[in-house]
Amino acid sequence: MKPFASAGPLALTLALALGGCGGEADSAVEQVGARGGEKAAYGDTFIEALTGNISGLIPNILSDSASFEVGSLIYSGLVMRDRDLNVVPELAESWKFSKDCLNLTFKLRSNVRWHDGQPFTASDVVFTYDTMINPKTPTAYREDFKAVESVTAPDPLTVRIRYKQPYAKALQSWGTWVLPQHLLEPYVREGKLREAPQNRSNPVGTGAYRFNQWKPGEKVVLVANPDYFEGRPYISRVVYRIIPSQATIFLELKARGVDSAGLTALQFKRQTEYPAFRKAYHKYQYPANAYTYLGFNLKDPRFADRRVRQAFAHAIDKRELIDGVLLGLGRDATGPYKPGTWAYNGNVRTYPHDLEKARALLAAAGWRDKNADGLLVNRDGQPFKFELMTNQGNDERKKVAEIVQASLKELGIQVEIRVIEWASFLKEYIKKRRFEAIILGWGIGLDPDQYEIWHSSKTGPDELNHISYANPEVDALLDAGRSSCLQEDRKKYYDRLQEVLAEDQPLVFLYFRDALPVVSARVRGIVPAPNGIRYNFNEWYVPKHLQRYTAG
Amino acid sequence: MLLYALRRLLLAVPLLIGITFISFLVIHLAPGEPSEIQTGDMSIQSDKQMRERLREEYGLDKPLHMQYWNWFSRLTRLDFGKSFSPDARPVLQKISERLPVTLLLNVVEMLIIVALAVPIGALSATRQYSTFDKVTTVFVFVGFATPDFWLALLLMILFGVQLGWLPISGLRSLNWEYLSFWRQQGDFVGHLLLPIVVATFGGLAGFSRYMRQSMLEVVRQDYIQSARAKGLAERVVIGKHALRNAMLPIVTVLGLSLPGLIGGSVIVESIFAIPGMGQLMVQAVFERDYPVIMGNLVIVATLTLVANLVADITYSFVDPRIRVGGRRGRR
Repeated sequence: MKPFASAGPLALTLALALGGCGGEADSAVEQVGARGGEKAAYGDTFIEALTGNISGLIPNILSDSASFEVGSLIYSGLVMRDRDLNVVPELAESWKFSKDCLNLTFKLRSNVRWHDGQPFTASDVVFTYDTMINPKTPTAYREDFKAVESVTAPDPLTVRIRYKQPYAKALQSWGTWVLPQHLLEPYVREGKLREAPQNRSNPVGTGAYRFNQWKPGEKVVLVANPDYFEGRPYISRVVYRIIPSQATIFLELKARGVDSAGLTALQFKRQTEYPAFRKAYHKYQYPANAYTYLGFNLKDPRFADRRVRQAFAHAIDKRELIDGVLLGLGRDATGPYKPGTWAYNGNVRTYPHDLEKARALLAAAGWRDKNADGLLVNRDGQPFKFELMTNQGNDERKKVAEIVQASLKELGIQVEIRVIEWASFLKEYIKKRRFEAIILGWGIGLDPDQYEIWHSSKTGPDELNHISYANPEVDALLDAGRSSCLQEDRKKYYDRLQEVLAEDQPLVFLYFRDALPVVSARVRGIVPAPNGIRYNFNEWYVPKHLQRYTAG
Repeated sequence: MLLYALRRLLLAVPLLIGITFISFLVIHLAPGEPSEIQTGDMSIQSDKQMRERLREEYGLDKPLHMQYWNWFSRLTRLDFGKSFSPDARPVLQKISERLPVTLLLNVVEMLIIVALAVPIGALSATRQYSTFDKVTTVFVFVGFATPDFWLALLLMILFGVQLGWLPISGLRSLNWEYLSFWRQQGDFVGHLLLPIVVATFGGLAGFSRYMRQSMLEVVRQDYIQSARAKGLAERVVIGKHALRNAMLPIVTVLGLSLPGLIGGSVIVESIFAIPGMGQLMVQAVFERDYPVIMGNLVIVATLTLVANLVADITYSFVDPRIRVGGRRGRR
């Protein structure tokens, strides 16, 4: 999972589902320079920049995006997502669901070996399940396996899973990285997985790349796995350089010290448009997996009135917002799902910029300008005035807050902006529900289940429905959506969910920003797709005459 | 003298305990706990059970004074504990792999600063209000006012991107393993050049001002007058009599900057992607990795106390007046 969502940990990230590799549910809108005609060749080194040090080498027990990125090349899951975000087999050869969605059977590939030469078998899968469910394992991804009743391996190439009740994310959850039983079993038993040498210095997986070295704070080096079950990947070495400063990464990019980086809108539009850069790099653009929103504390009687929220939606010009904040590199959000994904429903109520409508809605809710001073007051004469909070360190959100402030001022509503450091913002304000309105973002997972965010049972202090949204119809739809394993059935529930959310505006959905990666132009085989660009990294190559690093 | 040193050393113990206790308190007051950060705080997967288990494992469920006591009693056995980060490595191991590069960078920087600041300061003092003095004064204030990161970026753009003479960031080139021995050294020096220049530039300003001030005071003293009256050459007066005395306060300042040598500069290390102590500390703070933060702090605090003591003792050696005063004081 790449942290395209925003500047590192600043995105409220929902659903960091440990899916297969790659993992951006994105659709390509620009396809630059997918030239063919050159012969695929082995060799060369691909250099990537990570802003954070990785925290370990067994991603199942980690939670930082840098470790996921490195781990996704070393390990594989039973299933993964293909270019169009469909779930496809990886370590599995095929799978079968029983009609009641309760039994799932995987047939495994027979030619897979761990990086140390040991064969991969069904008992490794059972072991991985046992590891994830073991209370001593410090993992944040146990939730996915709580619905499982039993996992068995009737023979070395078959895995049978039985669920207690139908679980919509059953199949996708097996994208979890499979761990080697023969090396890790004693550590898991003692609850010391973190101290296993495989987490610190020599991880063993089944993925396309083998571990070579990790110099903490400096770099991680991976080399191509010649015995990879889908054939040796073309690029022979991948070097992750740890460069904490975004400004430095951009300069390294200009000096060709790194081969790939994500750009900001400003860099993408204004600072990389000169010929030398266009020649050295190909730029890509697709919507990232995160949206920005204006959220309300629905316990506040002013915001509990739906007409007020709808008025706000009408008052904010999303186009102006996207142009002003993202230089146009984003698209407006109509709901919590990204356009182009299967769960997305574009046929919902929208809120075009219309101040007259907004005024009418506010008047209906009892907010009028009584003495023609331009300020709205309620029946008791109290002015409409509230505090809009967002977190420090995210310039984008601050700008959004300013534009919202200006838009609402036109309606006669006074907004005060308050920017607070991230950790205290979460702990003191969000978790304690001490806010009136907020500008924040949600990262969205590959599965449309958003139970944790919208369900009325999730409004407790540590839970994610911090706007305190409660709608019985939404609750029912969320329950139904997560208990079927058939996409067609689920689609109906989520379509309706989006209609209700659009009508209700529990929060004003603002926009999906674009991910803006660039990759060295010498690399071929990149095919932008709904799943971004990284999903087929194993097929990327550099033609022989363009290879830059020959050593190794 | 020995008794004095001993007494100071004994006094340092409660001081160290006080420092660590207050720091321990302050760090734990910061919102967010490592257990929350690691179990995906604000993520859909967030798992309460896991968080409780981690808190237990880290000992965060105990009252704060118990936590401090546990930490402190381990410390007395020189056990700095294990990092809270998911690799759970010993704190000392983490620090020792980051320390050499920071130490190297800072020692070289300090040597250059002293080597340049002393002559610059001395010269601008003896030629007060001359062109040289005015130019260096301007230069020094520019140095004071220039933000590290800004200068670093400018130099990177010029030497790294435009001219392509020097590497932009990191410690070694990617093909380092394949270079000959001398090439390896050259590569390493090339990588350290810009960080050292940036770090020196800011430090030089303060030091040379300090030197100038001290020199100005000394040349007004009576013994300089009498040296001149003796008919000594100006070079001897300045070089031998004045400079030596003017160096005295510099010794103190140098001693006090000793702990800074292992602290590492967060800005320089982050901008130049140098895996040193500064970066380790920043990451530890973001992850609320208490053992690493505290380990680092204990080392720096101890060094500060020791440096204070060493500076005082050296001072009395270099300056006979202090020594005499000390004796009289004890009588």
